[in-house]
Amino acid sequence: MNVALAAAMPLAPLAAALVGFLLRSRRSAAALAITATSAALLAAVILALRFDKPVSDGYRAADFVDLTVEFGVRVNGPTTLMALAVGAVALAVQVYSVTYLRDDDRYAPYAAQVSLFTAAMMTVVVASDLVQLLIGWEVMGICSYLLIGHDRRLPEAPRAAVKAFLVTRVGDVGFLLGIAVLGYHAGTFRIDDVLAHDYTGAQLTAACLLLLAGVAGKSAQFPLHTWLPDAMAGPTPISALIHAATMVAAGVYVVTQLFPLFAQAPAALTVLAVMAAITMLLGALAAMAQADIKRVLAWSTVSQLGYMTGALAVKAPGTAMFHLLTHAAFKALLFLAAGAVIHAVGSNLISVTGGLRRSMPATFAATTIGLAALAGLPPFSGFWSKEAILAAAMDEGTGPGWLVYVAGAATVALTGWYATSLWLQVFLGRPRSPAADHAHEPGPAMRYPVLLLAVPAALLGFAGLAGGFVDRLGPGAEEVGHLSAALVVPLGLALAGAAVAWVMWRRGRAADVPARALLADAFHLDAVQAAVVSRPVSALAGAVRRADETAVDGAVLGTGAAALRSGTVLAGAHRAALPRAAGAALGGALLLGLAAILLEWVR
Amino acid sequence: MTVADALMLALGVIAVGAGALVVTSTHLVRAGFYLVVSLGATAGLYLMLGAELVAWVQVLLYVGAVVILLLFAVMLTRAPIGASDDLDRPRWPGVLIGGGAGLGLAALFVAAYGWMKVPRPPSGTAERLGEQIFSVWVLPFEVVGVLLLAALVGAIVVSRPDIGARR
Amino acid sequence: MHPVIAYVIAALLVGLGVYGILARRNAILVLMAVELLLNGVNLVLVAADTTVKAALPATGQAFALFVIVLAAAEIGVGLAIVLQLYRMRRSVAVDEVPLERVP
Repeated sequence: MNVALAAAMPLAPLAAALVGFLLRSRRSAAALAITATSAALLAAVILALRFDKPVSDGYRAADFVDLTVEFGVRVNGPTTLMALAVGAVALAVQVYSVTYLRDDDRYAPYAAQVSLFTAAMMTVVVASDLVQLLIGWEVMGICSYLLIGHDRRLPEAPRAAVKAFLVTRVGDVGFLLGIAVLGYHAGTFRIDDVLAHDYTGAQLTAACLLLLAGVAGKSAQFPLHTWLPDAMAGPTPISALIHAATMVAAGVYVVTQLFPLFAQAPAALTVLAVMAAITMLLGALAAMAQADIKRVLAWSTVSQLGYMTGALAVKAPGTAMFHLLTHAAFKALLFLAAGAVIHAVGSNLISVTGGLRRSMPATFAATTIGLAALAGLPPFSGFWSKEAILAAAMDEGTGPGWLVYVAGAATVALTGWYATSLWLQVFLGRPRSPAADHAHEPGPAMRYPVLLLAVPAALLGFAGLAGGFVDRLGPGAEEVGHLSAALVVPLGLALAGAAVAWVMWRRGRAADVPARALLADAFHLDAVQAAVVSRPVSALAGAVRRADETAVDGAVLGTGAAALRSGTVLAGAHRAALPRAAGAALGGALLLGLAAILLEWVR
Repeated sequence: MTVADALMLALGVIAVGAGALVVTSTHLVRAGFYLVVSLGATAGLYLMLGAELVAWVQVLLYVGAVVILLLFAVMLTRAPIGASDDLDRPRWPGVLIGGGAGLGLAALFVAAYGWMKVPRPPSGTAERLGEQIFSVWVLPFEVVGVLLLAALVGAIVVSRPDIGARR
Repeated sequence: MHPVIAYVIAALLVGLGVYGILARRNAILVLMAVELLLNGVNLVLVAADTTVKAALPATGQAFALFVIVLAAAEIGVGLAIVLQLYRMRRSVAVDEVPLERVP
């Protein structure tokens, strides 16, 4: 029964997506999408309640003599939790989108694409086979591309979509190779068998490093983080669903599920720790200097993902899962609330907002909870999960552990700063534009998902005190729910950051962040990427194309031209005058005679 | 080396020598006359080999008709009477191929026959040859007749003066 | 008697004839060389009668007669062509007959 429930979670949205692509009317598309996502959520809830021990089942999909591929489901603790998160956020986004895209006449394909995305994410969550996981992974990439580029009137949307697709693709190559290494040496792609197989150290390190490339791409870790801020060109609900709660967390989830392999490859974990530390700080620094609400949240996501990968690097996957869940809740909440604000003032820019506390009280309350969770203030969920991560890092002790701890602590301060700064600039003070003056709350379909998400954003942290929940998080969750004296350090840093932001705001200089231009452009990493990767690859592609046109096409056309020319030359040779013809005939006769004599003689 | 051999050798030397002069002479008319000498010597060789009819037909047709025609053509094309120095094309292809053919054939024959001796052949009189031609080879004989007619008609047609004017 | 003498003479006549065809510029001299060549062939045919034990007697001589007749026919037509060429081009040099200029 559990297996059937687990199978229903990806299959229901998939069916809705396939049918949904054929629908045209807004009402039927919305109904179908919401129904299917609700069914998936319901299945996830029931599964979570009924779960008692891990189970997996599947049927053999492909049998190459040395390798087998299976399609099936594999359910363990983290699976149930992740499925709940995905289902809940997906449903919230579907409901929210009905109002958010009220004026958009391409709503029907949008809803179908979101359903397809939900199906793909669920596939990754319940996959029992690495190839199946890869299929879900790649379909998510396609849906992300389609959905970022949804609004064709925006000039930056197509470029952002292509950038997202290509950067994650670069990571996906490594991911595919890592899967190939694992599957080839184990003889099968089934995750249970792969985890049980005895790999050599070299194989394991290689496979884990390659898988980390895919994680870096999908979860926007340095150096493949450049796509996430630009992906904000997509509609806000999409930013909430894909680029905050679910898809970007897929990389973390996969590492969690495959953690027994990673635990045996310390080199990979060290690399992960370095990546996490850089990403954390980079994201927080860049978030401080952004002028666009969604970009602040995007860089914040990059930074928080760095926390999750940092937790993985210090061998605490369960803690990473916990932060993944809390982050899903509060980041989705923040994005949807930001969508409401943007909808109200008609622009993404912070400078156009101000004083929205009075005109949008419900949104204000929900956003306050979300930002407090983000900054890690008790008693909200973010506090508990960040605490657990930093405690795990301190426990780990060695190089990676200290690196993650120091970076994490610094990031806590920065996070406190930008979260408070955002809160103050958008909601407090005076309205800074006529639009902010006339802002109002959005309709119920946009308001209720936000309010509903505020509940887990506030309370999910307390679930960490329940033993059953902690068990569900899987191994490495020892620090969850334990409060030690060391929590003073990050708490103090967060409050310090908040205080600095408050002071600056009171002085009216909230936007004057030091080194603003450098941080806003994220240390010009985009330009670096363009110079180091994009331009050489484009040049290479141009050179290959030219080589193809001149060499390959030239060879083909040249053969034809050469044949024609040799034909003309031979035709000229044929038109021989009498002396030449006579000479040719008599000379030929002589040669034939000689040949005949020679042959006779040889015989 | 019998008398017959010596005679054949002498006639052969005349034939080959005259032939060489035909193909190397700078006088057009003299080339024609050297051809007469060569053809005559060849007729002599036929006599030595016992082919009487062929020998006299050779004299009749070749020496009497063909060479006369050639000389007529020489005169009708306003050939220079004295020596002319533009009668030869580059010589080396001819030397190569001609020399190769001639010497190769000679070598072939020497290799094949060596210094073999055969008895003197019976005379090829008109009676004996006529027996053969009109019994065994009568069909080619008739066809050759038709061929001669065609050649005659063709020569007349080709030499019509108005063909040149039509261009 | 030794037939090899006749054969060698014939071979040399053939060689001379081929040389003449290739080396002479005047069309009539080329035809003279052709006659030499045919003579060489005839000599081989006649000499073969003495060495080859043929089922039919005097075959070679019969063939030689046919060759002579053919040579006569050929020279008639050939000279007619040469004279026509002379009328049109005022020259009977074989390498002044252009073939490349195809109308």
